[in-house]
Amino acid sequence: MTPASPSASPVPLLAVEGLTVLLPVEGVQRAVLRDVSLQIRPGEAVGLVGESGSGKSMTARAIDRLLPRGAQVAGQIRFQGSEVGALAGAQLRSYRNRVAMIFQDPRAHVNPVRRIGDFMTEALRTNLGVRAEEARQRAVDMLSQVGIEDGQRRLRQYPHELSGGMLQRVRIAAALLTEPALLLADEPTTALDVTTQAEVMAILDELRREYGLAMLFITHDLELAAAICDRTAVMYAGQIVEVRKSELLHTDPLHPYTAALAAARPDIAQKSRRLRAIPGRPLSAFEAPAGECAFAPRCPHAEPACQAALPELVELDGGLSRCIRVAELRGQLEATHA
Amino acid sequence: MLLASLLVASFVIFGALYLAPGNPISALSGGRALPASSLRVLEQRYHLNQPFLAQYWYWLENALHGNFGISITLQENVSAVIGARMWTTGGLVLYAALIILVVGIGSGIIAALRPGLADTSVLVSTAVSAAVPSFVAAIVLILMFSVKLGWFPALGNGTSFISNVRHFTLPAIALAVSSLAIVARVTRAAVREEADREHVQTAISRGIPARQMVRRHILRNAAIPITTVSGITIASLIAVAAVVETAFSLNGLGAYLVQAAASKDLAVVQGISLVLVAAFVLINAVVDVLYAVLDPRVTLGSRAQ
Amino acid sequence: MSAAIGVSARRARSAARGGAVGLLRGTGNPGLVSAAVIAVAVALAVIGPLLAPYNPDLPNLSLAWVGPAGGHLLGFDFEGRDVLSRLLAGAQSSMLGPLAVVAGAMALGTVVAIVAAWRQGAADTVISAGLDILFAFPGLLLAVLAAAIFGAGLTSATVALAIAYMPYVARVMRGAALKERGQPYVAALEVQGVPATSICLKHIVPNMLPLIVAQATIMFGWAMVDLAAISFLGLGVQPPAPNWGVMISENQPGILQGYPLPALTAGLCIVSVVIAFNVLGERLFEQAQAARR
Repeated sequence: MTPASPSASPVPLLAVEGLTVLLPVEGVQRAVLRDVSLQIRPGEAVGLVGESGSGKSMTARAIDRLLPRGAQVAGQIRFQGSEVGALAGAQLRSYRNRVAMIFQDPRAHVNPVRRIGDFMTEALRTNLGVRAEEARQRAVDMLSQVGIEDGQRRLRQYPHELSGGMLQRVRIAAALLTEPALLLADEPTTALDVTTQAEVMAILDELRREYGLAMLFITHDLELAAAICDRTAVMYAGQIVEVRKSELLHTDPLHPYTAALAAARPDIAQKSRRLRAIPGRPLSAFEAPAGECAFAPRCPHAEPACQAALPELVELDGGLSRCIRVAELRGQLEATHA
Repeated sequence: MLLASLLVASFVIFGALYLAPGNPISALSGGRALPASSLRVLEQRYHLNQPFLAQYWYWLENALHGNFGISITLQENVSAVIGARMWTTGGLVLYAALIILVVGIGSGIIAALRPGLADTSVLVSTAVSAAVPSFVAAIVLILMFSVKLGWFPALGNGTSFISNVRHFTLPAIALAVSSLAIVARVTRAAVREEADREHVQTAISRGIPARQMVRRHILRNAAIPITTVSGITIASLIAVAAVVETAFSLNGLGAYLVQAAASKDLAVVQGISLVLVAAFVLINAVVDVLYAVLDPRVTLGSRAQ
Repeated sequence: MSAAIGVSARRARSAARGGAVGLLRGTGNPGLVSAAVIAVAVALAVIGPLLAPYNPDLPNLSLAWVGPAGGHLLGFDFEGRDVLSRLLAGAQSSMLGPLAVVAGAMALGTVVAIVAAWRQGAADTVISAGLDILFAFPGLLLAVLAAAIFGAGLTSATVALAIAYMPYVARVMRGAALKERGQPYVAALEVQGVPATSICLKHIVPNMLPLIVAQATIMFGWAMVDLAAISFLGLGVQPPAPNWGVMISENQPGILQGYPLPALTAGLCIVSVVIAFNVLGERLFEQAQAARR
């Protein structure tokens, strides 16, 4: 795999357009994603930030075709030009080798009755026909890449003998073994303690650059996303409300929600009298009223016009925003602390 | 732990002698009047003049050597009778166990992996079969397959191996019927639960083909609760076999136990009870071992119920 | 703190107020049908003998095995007695036996479970070990043993089964009791100096009520099957007393000779009532589990 610079090819690796997903909730089909559009170029890291219920996990699952039974999908997902929804059988499996996904809780996602070696080499042996010996060797090499030495011994161990952080590193190594082009990381560090978090983030970042991986990094932590992603998308109530270059997200956000998210995070360097929370609670897509801005009820800058019609995504300064007042509010949305 | 159970069980079985109304002599003789010489023999053999624990020890020691005393009713060595009949009961339980495993687990897996008609029909039939006691199943089976259709003989043991199988088929089915239900249900629940687990999602996301995933991830993991419930169910067959043997006039241990209980032949009752409880404990021990083998997270002896 | 106590009290009260109707409503159609069947069986248990059109105990060998005729809807059994009347009269012993078993096992098991869960520590370990040992005795075996020692009969069989079922009850109840024990309202009450028995009786038990009812219902089905089996073996209710299990064994020869009706109808009675208890019990169980979350 050769490292590719993000701006080299204009053709997106992954193009999501107008993705709308409905899930059966107590017998009724309810929207969890509304008209989500997203592009990831080869080798690019894109962050996807939102609170619980915003639909960020669902987006990743839709991309990997891991939606629960009964889900209805509308819209397009194109990977290297082909429509993902139309794939089946061997083609679908081959797609799954080129797109890898790692999840939040490593322990729940690894089969507890099989050894680590079995887990890591399974995809290689089954799908790519690699011989067991060679597969194990590759696994050991990859393990040392994620910072786990004595890989031979680790391969023989069972998942319950490893700590959460180590297990997550094993997961990452396993994901990279099939040499994917895109990595979907769904809150990979949320279940880990802070020190391990930093280690895993460092590994992810380093490997991504080394292998030229594109990555969709999902998190609820705005700063975390900004740390390793080139661009960040912010989701609210099943919609994308802002897409922005990560470094500009704090200094020049294009949506009141982003600003509020950033402001709500306490700054360790400053003293605050109160924690600034966003009033109200985050909505899921199906709870949001249809013809208006979903964030309006909680927005400090809301006006009657905001609830008159559903705002479209407009382009501004290289980013996207779903706020109709963005042009006038720009500059006033900078994250401030009390 | 299981060994302790066995020990306590043997203690209770022996101690039952003293719980009986009247003195041990009358219990042993079943209330019959015996000539003085026989009484002296009884006293000697059961060490009735010695303290209780000593008696228990003698009895246990004898039992471990295969000597269970004499049956009052049959005037034979109890152990000889047990030895003769053990194969009948053993064969019956084995046959029934086979049916339970194949049909029970099989239908559970099918119901779990193919929702819809297959699932519903398994659910309904297990609900019914769970409620059918073995002896009711017995008479229905006799009625349908023996009397009306004449496919299988109704009563008694067979003479050769093949004829044994023919004779044991209906009893084995009767024995298996009510246990089938719970094995099928637990299998279905276990497979469904495993299919929804996150590590299966991971396997899907890595493009593992469906058939392999079912085998290596779903079934392999579901095997743990399935084995446990199968083991417990088969162990419980040992007791219910008595009912089926009686219904089909098979000369197994269970039928003999019932007859001995009815005629208060205590030595026989004690002997057979000990053997049955030992078998029960043995099967549970095997299940424990299997459980530890299947699930690397557990250590032996810590099987959570 | 009083809020925490209020929560427990409110849960218990709403369980009591909702009561039978509330529980039943949540079990769906199969649950309601089962409850109806059970109600009929219970009614028969009480007034069955009075409803019997003919004398269930009077043998008349000249009428043995005669099929349905005249006013005798189900014909005659092997001793020439009216089958329908015997079924109706038999409901009593067939239902009362399991009732006694369930009452005994539930009472014993729940008390043991609560004691183990409350005291925890050494008492819990000892009790759990004791229960583990009891598990080694299949119910049927214990009943046979009891019959051998104390003589055949409904009493010895009932007591033996109650003892054999007790560990199953205790295990389920212990889990639930441990969970209740860990709730904040219990700690709140303890701190206030409320005596342990009072907490157990007034708070823990009422909050476990749905589970207790569900367990008792399912257990009734088991007890019925086991007791019928024991009576079938001749070690429970003794002939010529009417009892569904006894009727099956008495009339079994009829099957081979072409007169299946007496044995079959008795079997049908047992199966229908057991199915009803199983279905209702399972649904109540699901409800109880759902309520705990």
